[in-house]
Amino acid sequence: MSNDTLTPDAAPQKNDRTKMVASETEVAIEIVDMHKWFGDFHVLRDINLKVMKGERIVIAGPSGSGKSTLIRCINRLEEHQEGQIIVDGIELTGDLKAVDEVRREVGMVFQHFNLFPHLTILQNCTLAPIWVRGTPKAEAEKTAMHYLETVKIPEQANKFPGQLSGGQQQRVAIARSLCMNPKIMLFDEPTSALDPEMIKEVLDVMVKLAEDGMTMLVVSHEMGFARQVANRVIFMDQGQIVEQNEPEKFFHNPQHERTKLFLSQILH
Amino acid sequence: MNTQDLAYVRTKFEPARPAPMSNLGLVVWLRRHLFATVGDTVLTLLGIAFLVWALPNLYNFLIGDAVFAAENGDACRAANVGACWAYVWARLDFFLYGFFPADPYWKEQAGLFAEFMAQWRVNLVFFIGLALVVPLLWPSAPFKVVNAALFFIVYPVVVFYLLAGGAFGLEKVPTEKWGGLTITLIIGLVGIVTSLPLGILLALGRQSRLPAIKYLSTGFIELWRAVPLITVLFMASVMLPLFMPSGVTIDKLLSALVGIALFNSAYMAEVVRGGLQALPRGQYEAASSLGLNYWKSMFFIILPQALKHVIPGIVNTFIALFKDTSLVSIIGIFDLLKTVQSSTADLDWTAPTQAITGYIFAAAVFWIFCFSMSRYSIFMENRLHTGHKR
Ligand SMILES: Nc1ncnc2c1ncn2[C@@H]1O[C@H](COP(=O)(O)OP(=O)(O)OP(=O)(O)O)[C@@H](O)[C@H]1O
Ligand SMILES: [Mg+2]
Repeated sequence: MSNDTLTPDAAPQKNDRTKMVASETEVAIEIVDMHKWFGDFHVLRDINLKVMKGERIVIAGPSGSGKSTLIRCINRLEEHQEGQIIVDGIELTGDLKAVDEVRREVGMVFQHFNLFPHLTILQNCTLAPIWVRGTPKAEAEKTAMHYLETVKIPEQANKFPGQLSGGQQQRVAIARSLCMNPKIMLFDEPTSALDPEMIKEVLDVMVKLAEDGMTMLVVSHEMGFARQVANRVIFMDQGQIVEQNEPEKFFHNPQHERTKLFLSQILH
Repeated sequence: MNTQDLAYVRTKFEPARPAPMSNLGLVVWLRRHLFATVGDTVLTLLGIAFLVWALPNLYNFLIGDAVFAAENGDACRAANVGACWAYVWARLDFFLYGFFPADPYWKEQAGLFAEFMAQWRVNLVFFIGLALVVPLLWPSAPFKVVNAALFFIVYPVVVFYLLAGGAFGLEKVPTEKWGGLTITLIIGLVGIVTSLPLGILLALGRQSRLPAIKYLSTGFIELWRAVPLITVLFMASVMLPLFMPSGVTIDKLLSALVGIALFNSAYMAEVVRGGLQALPRGQYEAASSLGLNYWKSMFFIILPQALKHVIPGIVNTFIALFKDTSLVSIIGIFDLLKTVQSSTADLDWTAPTQAITGYIFAAAVFWIFCFSMSRYSIFMENRLHTGHKR
């Protein structure tokens, strides 16, 4: 990421941001005193986080700091041991029904896309709506084509994932999640497996999504993206939330030593 | 372009041309594959010499000097004759049907049609089976669900009544009288059709997070894999009846079927588990994150990919299973190989080449079935291939 994305004169982006207002009252995700261990290893410590509906949060931090683990706890790909995670009013416990309910409402995009290679792009997008939501096939396909158009690859609908470029695959992965009509989207380093020229096409889709009011949690080091759409940037280190702030203040006036060190490393 | 220049701008675009002749053509192929080096050339020449020596002998034995038609073994007993095909032809009924009783009316009639009708019950089983299997295996044939239901549910019932009889005015035929290729196919098919789903369930069970299911599956797999099939068959036919209350008899064929199915399901489970482990964790996670529950993830996402990866292993197990059916002869079931073997003691046809002809016939039949399975699996692998991996 080059330094010039951090220059303060970003007036057009400011305009876009006014479209993206987060709710003041409705809570999308609430995490209270949450701890998680992998065996003996205390990977997440005392996490407290409240995400309002429509809010866009970017999570940054050094490798191994627990960013992935944190967002994977939100749709219970990982289990936490202490504290509470409440997603869209449902508390995540051992109750499988609650887990299924949360997963229906929360979409996730992975670093390595994780498309289903044996299904066509269209089938990738319609499988869950048909078999989880019970949407009729024709309707699911219509929705899928709509979202494939949103991510600008409707013409690839009948190809297989292996025939697409990385950037195209990631956009399909986003469309696939959107087809479930989620209330919240989680992104785990969606662009870090991509070549530079493909990063933009994926980020453009994500910006569009943010403008449409989606609640988003994005693990990413794309600072331009953070500045453009995030309400808050969260910095994690050693399993803890070390600092969080508005992007402008976060980048220009970091408070914590760890944050300053981290920013100085990734901005050069 | 001047190699000294660092800056270079292409002014003329190079059009695509057909590949040069050296990439194509028979002579090039020969030179590349058979005569590339001195060593290759020597091996090629040795191979040709071997074929020149072996092929005429083989031809003379199988065809040139062979006896194709004869009333009895006299012709085959002459000096220097080759294969005694007349004997195979004469005993073909026995090889196909074992001791299955012929239809009393048609037995008395003459002609090929009458011969066919004499065993119409078994022949009908063959033909219905063929009529259901071919469209089932043909990927673009329509009505797959109906077809599958007919084959997996209706067909076994039809087979049972056609062969066992005792209803619809059909003469009752105990399973001891079933035999030959009929029984080889029954055991092979039942083994194949039951061991795959059982194996899949066992493989999933072995990966389960629930300890009870996990250890039961693991124990089952390890137990069956660790005993020889012959032992299993002996146990099923000799030991099992000892534990049964007196008066209760277990059908020998049924116990062999169960034994073979369970034995092979353990092998199948390990093959399938290999496929499950080869799948990246991301596939499981993507399925979960979309809200698919365990069984739906398995059915739509995990198993189709895992099974596709291990098609060669699955077919390998199928082929081994099909050939292992001949082991049932040790518990007195007259499968194809056993009928061939016992017919070699047939005095009418005693001849130096009688036994070898019989075994060549049996081997050829096994080879046809196994080779078909192998080719079909390659066909399916290619068909299921969906572009390069990333
Ligand atoms: N399944 C697991 N079992 C044990 N330890 C794990 C497991 N998954 C992650 N960890 C450990 O937990 C820590 C946090 O991992 P996590 O993947 O959340 O980091 P991250 O912040 O996403 O890093 P990166 O930027 O490299 O993706 C790491 O030290 C990692 O080794
Ligand atoms: Mg990570």
